[in-house]
Amino acid sequence: MKTESYVRTEMLGEKSPPATTVGLIGWVRENLFNGWFNSILSVLSALALFFVLEDILPWIWRGTWTGTSLQNCREVIQATYGEGVTAACWSVIGDRYHQLLFGFYPSELYWRPILAFVGLLVALSPVLFTSMPRKFLWFSAVYPFLCFWLLWGGSVWLPLSALAGFVLGYLAFGSVGKAAGNLAAVIAAILVPVLWWLFLAGNVASGLESFIPLELQHVESAKFGGFMLSVTIGVTGIALSLPIGILLALGRQSDLLILKSMCVGFIEFIRGVPLITLLFVASTLLNIFLPPGTQFDIILRVIIMVTLFASAYMAEVIRGGLAALPKGQYEAADSLGLDYWQAQRLIIMPQALKISIPSIVSTFIGLFKDTTLVSIIALLDPIGMSNTIRSDTDWNGIVWELYGFTAMIFFIFCFSMSRYSMYLERKLQTGHR
Amino acid sequence: MKRFAFIGALTAATFAAGFASAGTLDDVKAKGFLQCGVATGVVGFATADANGRWDGFDVSVCRAVAAAIFGDGDAVKFTPLSSKNRFTALSSGEVDMLARNTTWTFSRDVELKFNFVGVNYYDGQGFMVPKALGVTSAKDLDGATVCIQTGTTTELNLADFFRKNGISYEPVPIETNNEAIQQYIAGACDAYTTDASGLASARATFENPKDHIILPEIVSKEPLGPLVRHGDDQWMDVVRWTLNALIEAEEYGVTSANLAELAKGTDNPEINRLLGTEGNLGEMLGLSADWAQKAIAVGGNYAEIFERNIGENTPIGLSRGLNAQWTDGGLLYSPPFR
Repeated sequence: MKTESYVRTEMLGEKSPPATTVGLIGWVRENLFNGWFNSILSVLSALALFFVLEDILPWIWRGTWTGTSLQNCREVIQATYGEGVTAACWSVIGDRYHQLLFGFYPSELYWRPILAFVGLLVALSPVLFTSMPRKFLWFSAVYPFLCFWLLWGGSVWLPLSALAGFVLGYLAFGSVGKAAGNLAAVIAAILVPVLWWLFLAGNVASGLESFIPLELQHVESAKFGGFMLSVTIGVTGIALSLPIGILLALGRQSDLLILKSMCVGFIEFIRGVPLITLLFVASTLLNIFLPPGTQFDIILRVIIMVTLFASAYMAEVIRGGLAALPKGQYEAADSLGLDYWQAQRLIIMPQALKISIPSIVSTFIGLFKDTTLVSIIALLDPIGMSNTIRSDTDWNGIVWELYGFTAMIFFIFCFSMSRYSMYLERKLQTGHR
Repeated sequence: MKRFAFIGALTAATFAAGFASAGTLDDVKAKGFLQCGVATGVVGFATADANGRWDGFDVSVCRAVAAAIFGDGDAVKFTPLSSKNRFTALSSGEVDMLARNTTWTFSRDVELKFNFVGVNYYDGQGFMVPKALGVTSAKDLDGATVCIQTGTTTELNLADFFRKNGISYEPVPIETNNEAIQQYIAGACDAYTTDASGLASARATFENPKDHIILPEIVSKEPLGPLVRHGDDQWMDVVRWTLNALIEAEEYGVTSANLAELAKGTDNPEINRLLGTEGNLGEMLGLSADWAQKAIAVGGNYAEIFERNIGENTPIGLSRGLNAQWTDGGLLYSPPFR
């Protein structure tokens, strides 16, 4: 006897989902038009976007690259698109892009900042990506001195003798450490280089210079400008503010009263003062305090001020990371018998820094963008440079093109920084959150 | 921490550059170049071309002084200065002289301890309005909104002018000049006010310059001139008489074209003394006898400098006006070279 099965015995083939839920249409229904309220919002946003872009996009792509002056640009555009059409005059960028990038740096020496920038990428790569060969770190250590030499030129022996100070400090740390213990080693590691720099380095450098002259043409700071200046100030500030910020954050958490109050005082003072005030101190007040005729490089002054400013903010960001660590981590480190620096290095800092990555990077981005403030003290960063370019009768009256170009380059830098921080967060994700 | 010390070492190295001791002229001669403070960019007065070479009406004064000392108009380094740090730069010795659209006022001369060596441009504050507004005099501006750059003397002059004439206005304070111009074009205010030379150069950049007029009233005196520090009269004399030489050269018809010929000696003793073929004026200044020849050779006399940078054939198109020679009804008047 055969029983009729009322359950279907064979599988039906898979059907594709309804056309309204997949592909473009599905995505649009899902994301833009799910419900009447969202539909209205979507339409309104699209309209707003349309009205904005309707004017901007033609302005950008109709722009001319061939005009020789603003007046000429306008004629070219009117001849091409008819009376009354306004469009960008990109020829100002074509004519002056090198000044926006390098300022007044001598054009036959552009290879030096370019090489320094390429070197910067190479030096950063082992720091940023663990997959790079570790040997590159040696290059990273030497790079600041190389960069200084490339940008400013002069005798190679000056940066080399400065570098020698660190080597001497390291050697002193090693030898004194074996003989007289840890504290003495730290003191020696600080004292020896300082003595070297103050009394010997200059003589040794000039002596070697007369023996083996090896120098690049000197370029004075007044010639620096454009993005080269922004990147120099920004990168130095970023590179120095992180270690100083870590030390300040640790100092602020320290039990040593004097150290702690010094750190708190420094951080709170700097955070209580706007950056532009510090820049004015660097550019005008120091001039009054220092003996007349003293030549204290203005870019160096600005870098110091920017670094101090960024360090104070960095210290607070890292303190946030330290505070977020459960107390158990500190206790665990203690119970393992680690001393203070071992605990910081192996347990506390890696976690605290990981927590702080987004804030650290946004401090970096903020610092980099703040470098445009130096235009107020008459350094020719891209903003200051655009003012100078505008003072040429050919380009007087051009505003948006120059700012647009500047904004685009800043966007590239800042966007890559923020993408990198997201990459780093994903990489270091260990499931705490 | 170690890196910090590195910067300290660099600082010490840069400090070692030495201290000013002798007079400014000797210092400048020892350095081999003149350090001149200029604006970061003012159309016609201080501009940098695509090769980074500075030129302009104010810059020409620097070049003339450098040429008077060294015989080379390029023996000068320019320090771009903002309106905020220009005075400290001069008084601290960062620059040897300042030629940066600076109005000669009592307090700057006396309180800030500077010496204005003369006037190279007589400016004055004016108004620009759209033609469509139908205004022909600044006194018709009752109730108008006026775009103005904050923190300048123009702001105070504006208030004075309207109070004096008993009419009301509404100021629209704006931070920078460029922004103010953009606001004016966009119609955010009825009138825009700044120095008349600035109005002319701004109008020249408009798409339709003819739609805007500059009102006849000049509401303030803005004598712009180069300046030096108090305390070094010899240096002040060098800069002052270089400027005077340019003005005097125009008065006596010495131009860069006929300079070489006139320098061979003329029948006019004033020209001879100016160009150093008679008398020992150069020696008195501590310069060579042909110092004024060199100063004139680099950019021509005052008229040539004016015409090349801001004159009627340039896009800025300023007429001489007050800046004509006294013989032509202007204010330029050089004391005699005697």
